[in-house]
Amino acid sequence: MADRRPGARATPDRPRGSIAAVFVLIVGAGRVGSTVARRMLAAGHDVSVLDDDPLSHERLDAGQATSWEDAGGQFTVGTAIEVEALQEAGIGQADVFIAATHGDNTNLLIAQIAQRGFEVPNVIVRVMDPGRAAWYAEQGLRTVCPTQKAIEMFDEAIKEIV
Amino acid sequence: MYAVVAGGGKVGWNLARELIAKGHEVTLLESDRDRYLTIEQELEHAVQYGDATELWVLERAGIQRADLVIAVTGDDEDNVLICQVAKEKYLCERIIARVNNPRNREWFALLNIQPVVSATDLILRLIEHEVPSYGLVHLLDLRDEQLEIIEVEVLEGAPAAGRTVAEVSLPDGALIISVLRDGGGFVPKGDTQINAGDEVLVVLDPGLEDAITAQFAPPAARR
Repeated sequence: MADRRPGARATPDRPRGSIAAVFVLIVGAGRVGSTVARRMLAAGHDVSVLDDDPLSHERLDAGQATSWEDAGGQFTVGTAIEVEALQEAGIGQADVFIAATHGDNTNLLIAQIAQRGFEVPNVIVRVMDPGRAAWYAEQGLRTVCPTQKAIEMFDEAIKEIV
Repeated sequence: MYAVVAGGGKVGWNLARELIAKGHEVTLLESDRDRYLTIEQELEHAVQYGDATELWVLERAGIQRADLVIAVTGDDEDNVLICQVAKEKYLCERIIARVNNPRNREWFALLNIQPVVSATDLILRLIEHEVPSYGLVHLLDLRDEQLEIIEVEVLEGAPAAGRTVAEVSLPDGALIISVLRDGGGFVPKGDTQINAGDEVLVVLDPGLEDAITAQFAPPAARR
């Protein structure tokens, strides 16, 4: 769906599976965000990444044969809660919005901006705090809570011991 | 009244102190350990240590019975979210949020967090009031009621200058409620003439400012 974007680049040859390609905006290029970004690009989707640290770009290139941009990815340096940065990163065209910065509060705010302000149809937000992850999930946000997962995995591991 | 104040910076600490002095019950929440210990010397049990964006911290502070939640941390994301859970999860009827960066105002509005207080906007408003060349001053915003009251200076050569109140072509949803002239103010009638140099108070529906300033400034001076 790159052609929906103004000034979209020519999309290089990338494997296209049977799935329909979507435009994904990922905010936060940490370990999680950058890995999800690379996997979605490899799966044939259009992927745009927004991070306030220019150096985070290196995580997108790490271990890859070509640079992130040559592989067809988009990268924007900017602060996630600034509307200009979100627009430059393509939030207006996003089919999927992933909030994966290191801050719960930033993630919860930008996820709601994407959902309510820009009406992005699919919004996924990482929330480390299990209490708020549960409550915001009840309010209609799709939350991913690594802390809750860790607690469950520890529980499982302990059950195998005692 | 029971108030929970999130953020023990200059604003939060002073606010807590003033509210306590007025006889209200207050819990101030501060997430920095050193700052908390400093404040605790004075406020004692009225300050608690913790991150006010965490639900258990709010619950420990008794947010369920709070009459008022005030979020005045230095972080706009925190202030938005504290007010959002106060309002939507704990059904607190009255919230007040501080906006640190005026550019974030629209996010507070998007999540229906109001009223908001922005020091930058307050100072800007004072400047507008003191510096008449700005032309238009917002005196009151009643957001729930969707009404504003503004003060406008009538400039030389403006369409309204020399006309009566009835002749000034204001859009629907706007009404001249007062004329300030020679140091005094009065409520005008339809046949009151408006002169250049007057200031008029107009009550209006939000969004009509441009149509109104067009009547009180000459075409060249419009910004």
